[in-house]
Amino acid sequence: MPTAAGKTENGKPVVGILALQGSVAEHERALKRVGVNTVRVLKAEHLDGLDGIILPGGESTTIGKLLKLFDIFEPLKVKIESGLPVFGTCAGLILLAKEIEGEQPHLAAMDIRVRRNAYGRQIDSFCSRAVIPEFSGAPLELVFIRAPWIEKVFGKARVVAEIDGHIAAARQDNMLVTSFHPELTSDITVHQYFTDMVKARMKDMRGKDAETEA
Amino acid sequence: MANDRNKLNKNLAQMLKGGVIMDVTTPAEAEIAQEAGAVAVMALERVPADIRRDGGVARMSDPRMIKGIQAAVTIPVMAKARIGHIVEARVLEALGIDYIDESEVLTPADDAYHINKHEFSVPFVCGARDLGEALRRIGEGASMIRTKGEAGTGNVVEAVRHMRRMMSEIRLLANKPAEELMSYAKETGSPYDLVKFVAKNKKLPVVNFAAGGVATPADAALMMTLGAEGVFVGSGIFKSSDPKKTARAIVLATAHYNDPKLIAEVSEDLGSPMRGIELGTLSEGEKLANRGW
Repeated sequence: MPTAAGKTENGKPVVGILALQGSVAEHERALKRVGVNTVRVLKAEHLDGLDGIILPGGESTTIGKLLKLFDIFEPLKVKIESGLPVFGTCAGLILLAKEIEGEQPHLAAMDIRVRRNAYGRQIDSFCSRAVIPEFSGAPLELVFIRAPWIEKVFGKARVVAEIDGHIAAARQDNMLVTSFHPELTSDITVHQYFTDMVKARMKDMRGKDAETEA
Repeated sequence: MANDRNKLNKNLAQMLKGGVIMDVTTPAEAEIAQEAGAVAVMALERVPADIRRDGGVARMSDPRMIKGIQAAVTIPVMAKARIGHIVEARVLEALGIDYIDESEVLTPADDAYHINKHEFSVPFVCGARDLGEALRRIGEGASMIRTKGEAGTGNVVEAVRHMRRMMSEIRLLANKPAEELMSYAKETGSPYDLVKFVAKNKKLPVVNFAAGGVATPADAALMMTLGAEGVFVGSGIFKSSDPKKTARAIVLATAHYNDPKLIAEVSEDLGSPMRGIELGTLSEGEKLANRGW
């Protein structure tokens, strides 16, 4: 199993995937194709040395509970608040939201209000295609599985994509969320976009290190 | 569009990976399961251990009871239809169930044919004892597979046997030259395109869970070690002396299945698990796994 300790081996960014439950292997495959190293995050110590982290699709209730049970919750929240690039898909989006309709928030890091299972039950899950200019000029395949939608953004969050009148992707500084699942398609555009966020932060950090040394 | 539906249904199973799906018979039990971290619940009237004890014909659950459970939780709700019972499946679909288990735990309604699951919008999970059975069910439209194991026994030996057999057959298939694949399809009654898929990708084209006899956190972790992508726990939770704690412990052990220290911790003071049945004491006619064709 790869560990964060091996991160400097080839100079590639190391992106963790929260691996308590859900579409972990799918994100891993996409990230490998983008050319970054990956680490499965199951314990707080696995957060050390990461350049970015993905909160995958799965059941947000389950993942939220396991985060606390395994004491990952606090250190993860601190890292995200101090600027670690994070990409949440579906359940990951719910985990990051500051407001969830009818429920207590989990990490409460991002200025978005979310409605869970907003489209309905599994029978209402759907596929769509759309151009999301922030990611690419080419249409993207969008897979929504018992998906949430973003009711509204506030504060520092901004809308990245609206699909059929509902916000499906948003960005706030180091945080990116999509209510759809890029990891379930063979298209790596969104993972590429997130990797660029990760690399930009790494460059920033190196800049700061250099200033401190000078 | 039909293709999209099939893909979306397989996708939902992918979201359940690494998780535990628990049998529940009341809204209160469903809440306990969700609170413990279950990724989904299976709504049914009697857990398999009671079906086994009571005998008689086991059928689809009362829609009112299913609705009560749907209203109690936000995680996906599954329910069982009898093998081949097209109308029970249609009823469950109409109720907005998230996943139908065409299950050998209920008394089969058709002794020759399974449901043509392609005709449904709702996804199906089906039991299998070996690779051929899994591929036949996927050929009929199942978007998730589980081992049959031997439900309601609290004895994991059959689930282990089924998972080992499936994994070993996948490895065998992966090593076969192309010209041997058609004969394999013929011998096992498996669709040829699915046989080719498994040979090429070294895995099933759908998510594969373990089920049937899982009773302890260590049982769940064992099944994950053997290649399961998640676990169904039926009677094991609400037939134990401390369901809340047992449910939580099984969830934790499934997420951290390769961490024996953690499994030791969560296994402490769980009280007594369900009593269990030695398989040798069951006649072939009493084995639920023999149902399905």
